[in-house]
Amino acid sequence: MRASLFITCYNDTLFPETGRAAVRLLERLGVEVEFRSGQTCCGQMHANAGFRREAFSQARRLVRLYADAEAVVSPSSSCVAMIRDQYPGLFEELGDEKLREQFAALLPRVYELSEFLVDRLGVEDVGAYFPHRVTYHASCHGLRALELGERPYKLLRRVRGLELMPLRNLERCCGFGGTFSVKNGEVSSAMLTTKLEDVLAAGAEYCTALDNSCLMHLGGRMHRQCADMKTIHMAEILAATETSPAEVVG
Amino acid sequence: MSATAEHPILDPAKAQPFPVAALPVLKNSQLRKNVAHAIDVIGAKRTRVVLEKTDWQALRASASRIKDEALGNLAAYLEQFEERCTAAGGQVHWAADAADARRIILELLRAEGADEVINIKTMTSGEIQLNPFLEAAGIKAYETDLAEIILQLGEGEPSHIVVPALHVNRGQVRDIFARAMGIPNLCDEPEALTAAARSYLRQKFLTVPAAISGANFLIAETGAVAIVESEGNGRMCLTLPRTMITLVGIEKVLPRFEDLEVMLQLLARSATGERMSPYTSLWTGVTPGDGPQKFHVVLLDNGRSGILRRPKERQTLRCIRCGACMNNCPVYRQTGGHAYGSVYPGPIGAILTPQLEQLKHAQSLPYASSLCGACYEVCPVRINIPEILIDLRAQVTDQERGTAKKFFDPMYVGLRGANVIFARPWLFHAAQWLGRVGLKFFTRKDGWIHALPGVGAKWTETRDLRGLPRQTFHEWWAERAADPSHLSRKDKDAAKVGHPQVSESLGRPGAGAESDEQRADSLILPGKGAK
Repeated sequence: MRASLFITCYNDTLFPETGRAAVRLLERLGVEVEFRSGQTCCGQMHANAGFRREAFSQARRLVRLYADAEAVVSPSSSCVAMIRDQYPGLFEELGDEKLREQFAALLPRVYELSEFLVDRLGVEDVGAYFPHRVTYHASCHGLRALELGERPYKLLRRVRGLELMPLRNLERCCGFGGTFSVKNGEVSSAMLTTKLEDVLAAGAEYCTALDNSCLMHLGGRMHRQCADMKTIHMAEILAATETSPAEVVG
Repeated sequence: MSATAEHPILDPAKAQPFPVAALPVLKNSQLRKNVAHAIDVIGAKRTRVVLEKTDWQALRASASRIKDEALGNLAAYLEQFEERCTAAGGQVHWAADAADARRIILELLRAEGADEVINIKTMTSGEIQLNPFLEAAGIKAYETDLAEIILQLGEGEPSHIVVPALHVNRGQVRDIFARAMGIPNLCDEPEALTAAARSYLRQKFLTVPAAISGANFLIAETGAVAIVESEGNGRMCLTLPRTMITLVGIEKVLPRFEDLEVMLQLLARSATGERMSPYTSLWTGVTPGDGPQKFHVVLLDNGRSGILRRPKERQTLRCIRCGACMNNCPVYRQTGGHAYGSVYPGPIGAILTPQLEQLKHAQSLPYASSLCGACYEVCPVRINIPEILIDLRAQVTDQERGTAKKFFDPMYVGLRGANVIFARPWLFHAAQWLGRVGLKFFTRKDGWIHALPGVGAKWTETRDLRGLPRQTFHEWWAERAADPSHLSRKDKDAAKVGHPQVSESLGRPGAGAESDEQRADSLILPGKGAK
């Protein structure tokens, strides 16, 4: 099994440790990981900001880049949701027939990380060890667009040492929303305050998710108010073992 | 004139942009508490009665099909409605816009010689701002819905389409009633408050000669009009006055009577968390000797046929005004309805208002969403609100991007620049390097950024930002690929205790090599483990 890692522009720049963890995890599971250096952005930021033509040109780049990939795996639920939910509309509106065909052929091979593990590899126990109390934030895109459902929990429950702490109002948005966090900064921030009350009440050491954008939002406020909790991408938890613990620990 | 939490402006042409209009509410903790409490209560009731329907998803699918069928043949169904309604003794008027509708209604009331009119709660009359218009023409309109009475007597504005006074708590209601009705010793028990409203209303029902209603549904097949309500005030308005005027958006028509079976199940559960609305009223034209003897329907377009022409946006017109989208919206939960600057707040307002205004006003509303999708999930007629929000953002962008004012707007400059960069990986990598160097100046010793200038300040006002790591992922990957030593001892050890599939990866080129990077990263990654 050969998988192409779509790291996303965001993780590449801000959260390389998530990418390193994904590589380590996948290789430990026997997957041959490749990384195509031509990758940049899926176009989500432009599409959601209303820059449709720009989003289209990035979408076209991505489809061409991965046209011959056996599988594309990404540790970002919102970017995968962009590809799955918005590309069809973009290509219908702006794309040529060949590109649409290329995309239709690629789409079934694009996976969010937990989908790839559970659905494609059929693994729930990835051999991870993470002796901490963890709460899972089901990001809106993971929850509603990708409908990840039980997958993240299946993976987390099999991590040795991990104590999964329930999160109340799980379905409620953290208020990030990309440019929304800046364009409507005050409202976004109020939403974050509400969300963080629930997250901190979970009594965990770590808040994890399958999307670093929510985690950057939550983590940014946790750090601001010196909260007794940190954020960590789930890839890093799943990559951690007894002998090779997660990078943030310590 | 600027809006405050006490005096919001619900006119899209005059309202301030959403982020500005939201500010007074964000500072009003009592109002926010009232809103959050109210929608949480309704939301929980809704969840309970939705879960007991095993065919909920099938009902949603069938409702959206029914509405799409009606919208796909709207002219034909409206004409059929007109024909049947007229045959039953009603009179149908067509209003192209708000001014048209106001004029028609005023003429009808003048013909009746009415200087007073009673209203059943109706969104369309708010949309065309009918009450102030009638008032200026010398006709006083009295609201009969309890929440609308509270707002009318308290000179407040609606903040929700189903429970318009949900931002007002019962202590505040008591104060309004005590003052306006002259009952200084009124207590704040719900029974006492409703009793006070009842005696205030009874006199109006018995003396006012004309009533105005909206409609939840029109039935093309029979020419019937349907409304649902909780208090019985609608039933009073439908029976006592001589003249009845129904002002209704053209999208409310359903093809067949039996379609109500689907719609009423969805509406009651979605709107108030009830299995059935306490009052469901249906009437067809005029019945001699029973109820109003003159019946008029004013069919309101007011921008709707423009929405109909756009295939993606057309689903907006499926809306049955249940309010579930706002009850489940994390943005509305913080801001309440007034910040939307329209009688249609929440997610549905964020897509409906700008379209009714043909994007001449309310351009900030499509951005008033984090695109979390909760609205779409609960919508009983499956309106893909996030999809339409994004589409409207694209229309706003196309409208603005050419203008001189927006050309140098930081958001526009940034997104244009990002597009150039994302098209060229080498440039993207150069920009990452530049960002790393630039942000270093703002990164504190703990590895975090606490304050940024310009647009960035919108983030750092309330949140920190982790400083940029010294090595991007692709740099790490290139470094690793250049290094011929592969599996580290650590990962070999991990493999022994790990998953059976792990062994397959052993010895294969390209695997492992983590421990060194890890050690290096713990030095170079700012903010690691720091608080």
